[in-house]
Amino acid sequence: MRYAAPLKAAAQRFAFLMLIAGAVGLIILGKADAILIERLRVAVTDAFAPILAGLARPMATVEHAIDEVRALVHLRSENERLWQDNAELKRWEQLARELAAQNQALRETLNFVPHSEQRSITGRVIADSGGAFVRSLLVDAGTRDGVAKGQAVVVGQGLIGRIAEVGDISARALLITDLNSRIPVVVESTRDHAILAGDNTDLPRLLYLPPNLSLAPGTRIVTSGDGGAFPPGLPIGTIASVGDGGVRVQPFANWSRIEYVRIIDYGLKGILGPLDPLPATARGKRGARP
Amino acid sequence: MITVLALQLDRAARRLFPFALSVLLVVLSVVPLPVPGYGLVVPSFALMAVYYWAIHRPDLLPAPAVFVLGLLEDILTGAPTGLNTLVLLLVYGVMRNQRRPFLGKPFAVMWFGFFVVAPAASFAHWLFASALAGRLVPAHTAFIQCLLTLALYPWLTWLFAAGQRAFLRRN
Repeated sequence: MRYAAPLKAAAQRFAFLMLIAGAVGLIILGKADAILIERLRVAVTDAFAPILAGLARPMATVEHAIDEVRALVHLRSENERLWQDNAELKRWEQLARELAAQNQALRETLNFVPHSEQRSITGRVIADSGGAFVRSLLVDAGTRDGVAKGQAVVVGQGLIGRIAEVGDISARALLITDLNSRIPVVVESTRDHAILAGDNTDLPRLLYLPPNLSLAPGTRIVTSGDGGAFPPGLPIGTIASVGDGGVRVQPFANWSRIEYVRIIDYGLKGILGPLDPLPATARGKRGARP
Repeated sequence: MITVLALQLDRAARRLFPFALSVLLVVLSVVPLPVPGYGLVVPSFALMAVYYWAIHRPDLLPAPAVFVLGLLEDILTGAPTGLNTLVLLLVYGVMRNQRRPFLGKPFAVMWFGFFVVAPAASFAHWLFASALAGRLVPAHTAFIQCLLTLALYPWLTWLFAAGQRAFLRRN
């Protein structure tokens, strides 16, 4: 009996050290062999998705109630603004119709082969990234709904990220502001290609821009479609600042209230996998895979 | 016979309380709230739970439970697998060994201890995250998160203590 207590303490200490080693092992394994860890993550996420979906709903209801009251207060000014917007949009609609007709005519003359049809899947955000070092969202749509890794995630105003992990009923979207996010983009006006790289700040940076390029704040940045996973021309944001810190982009998306997202199925597999640190090397690596 | 079984079940359920509450808090911490930027600075409820139970009832939140808790937090928040797990285990290990000075002391002492532990945990978290990313990651959100964790600690302690009184009276 006298020896039992120290023995038990030693066993406890050993078990504790094994758990620490296990945690370190998981970190290393996650870096080295992503597949195994990803399966575990996806299984756990799928298991908790229904609970999270249930919890997110009352929160959304409260939010809607607040919105209703706010809308009532601003009804008059809102109406005024919508009248103006409507007039403006009618003009744009006219222009769009003309351009569509012209585009159609030009395509016919060129025998243009249209790109594969894109379709979108709507998902509800069921979990926020609850951490200081990651920028991601959990969505309640998975392979069952046609979601696949690499697909673009969009809210009304623009691109917010891409699918990094996908389970049966849930998927994790890696936001464009995350440290590991790399999106091939193009400067809309000049068609210069670049990579939009997140660094956990609100304003992602443009990398690999051609040298001596003069960019003005306010210039629109859209997806280039390079890599095949994203449709080209999805709006992302505008240039916020050009300076020593590099060229920074202000995304169109309103990060503060993302409730629903659209996941765009472009019908292509794409080469952007999860968390590829360098697009150039990733391209070679991915290409080798079946 | 049946009463014995019922008593055992009752006891098991009561003993599960610290872990169950901790899991619930981790799940709740990722539920999106209509507050801009909340997801980035959401306080670490798991850290508070581990700190509290490591001092008061480490027998009811053993190290494997902390491991599971950390892993769950990693997966639900989208953090690199093992990161929170490692930080929570380290906090647990330190607090379980240093629990004696805190036992039976007023709440202020517990809180003071947390003012040392929470920033240290945030720093460790930042350090590991930076090591994983291969560069120094911005730390300002972690700083705000740490402040929120410190500020909310009294409320959570109240919850833990109330639960402990209701379910876990030592006989």
